Amino acid sequence: MTRHVEHAMGTVFSFDVRHDAADAVTRAVAWLHHVDAVFSTYRPDSAISLLGRGEIDVSACPPEVAQVLALCSQAEHDTNGYFTMYPGGRLDPTGLVKGWAIEEASRLLSEAGASHHCVNGGGDIQLGPGPSPWRIGIAHPARPGALCTVVTGHDLAIATSGNAERGPHILDPHTGRHAAALLSITLVGPRLTAVDAFATAAYAMGEAARDWVEEIDDLEAFAVTANGDWQTSGFSALTAQN
Amino acid sequence: MKRALLAVVTTVIGLVLLLSFKPHDVTGAAQPPAALAQTQTSATPAPTSAQQSAATKTVDGDAADTRWGPVQVQISVTGGKISSVQVLQAPNENRRDIEINNTALPILQEETMSAQSAQIDSVSGATYTSDGYIQSLQSAIDRAGL
Repeated sequence: MTRHVEHAMGTVFSFDVRHDAADAVTRAVAWLHHVDAVFSTYRPDSAISLLGRGEIDVSACPPEVAQVLALCSQAEHDTNGYFTMYPGGRLDPTGLVKGWAIEEASRLLSEAGASHHCVNGGGDIQLGPGPSPWRIGIAHPARPGALCTVVTGHDLAIATSGNAERGPHILDPHTGRHAAALLSITLVGPRLTAVDAFATAAYAMGEAARDWVEEIDDLEAFAVTANGDWQTSGFSALTAQN
Repeated sequence: MKRALLAVVTTVIGLVLLLSFKPHDVTGAAQPPAALAQTQTSATPAPTSAQQSAATKTVDGDAADTRWGPVQVQISVTGGKISSVQVLQAPNENRRDIEINNTALPILQEETMSAQSAQIDSVSGATYTSDGYIQSLQSAIDRAGL
């Protein structure tokens, strides 16, 4: 049993590993800080900042940069442009990097034999493939501290997008306005890179996210709106039964 | 019991994540500072295991520096479980700080207790920073040996 909480990327990462895996967790934490150093848009000397200012090109960046940019391009395509690596007009792949970093951290743990784990980064979660099911509360967007549902399972990724306590922070890239139709949307799928980026996109889509998610295999959604909750057809199979 | 306790700790961390600071409203009107330390007055749950002690101990977390000011929490531990979380210090320089303090602290306490029975391992939510609360809380948890 190894538990660890780490500050990185401007948020908090929580490792709950049901193995004695301190070394693996240490490596996963080092990985998160490496990602932060490469991708932080708040650090003027990060590779992503240098790239954004045109001072270097991708070939001069660590290899993860090209990988992430390719994942961003794929996400832009898959979300019909609702996910963008240029929010506000400048290069900022942050919306994908965190989920990707968590998914990779989870993979590092599994490769070290510690597959029964939960990695939570600022409310976005990757559950390892280890056997017994986890219970993940979904925070209610309008009632701080309350849960609106509980997802249970393993080998799953869960990401929630919304404005919560922080006020509107997601722009609809097609209108440039704050997305407002949903209070929050939670997506559940196998891997956090896509699930997290898609959650951001789905929030920007608003009500249209429901049909969009229904069309994607292995992806389910639960949304809270001013008029009540809705969920996609397969979501109930993921929820706890008590 | 160890696992249940860790689940609670995880829950507390998740809930603390929900209570993170909003960018500051610097135009907030001056208000009397809220009372930050809240005393747990309700009865503690009955021990369910012979290993548990009914004695309550309090453990202070480190004061964590955040960009908004220091945050320090204190936990009370009864029978190997967190029975309350109190905030000893929190930013209170403007209306938004005080609002967060006034609403977050009772919720944190209530939800810590209710989540204990709900057996939640972690929480997904639309928030992305937590700054000092979690640092201080984690240090208190570590210090309490939970």
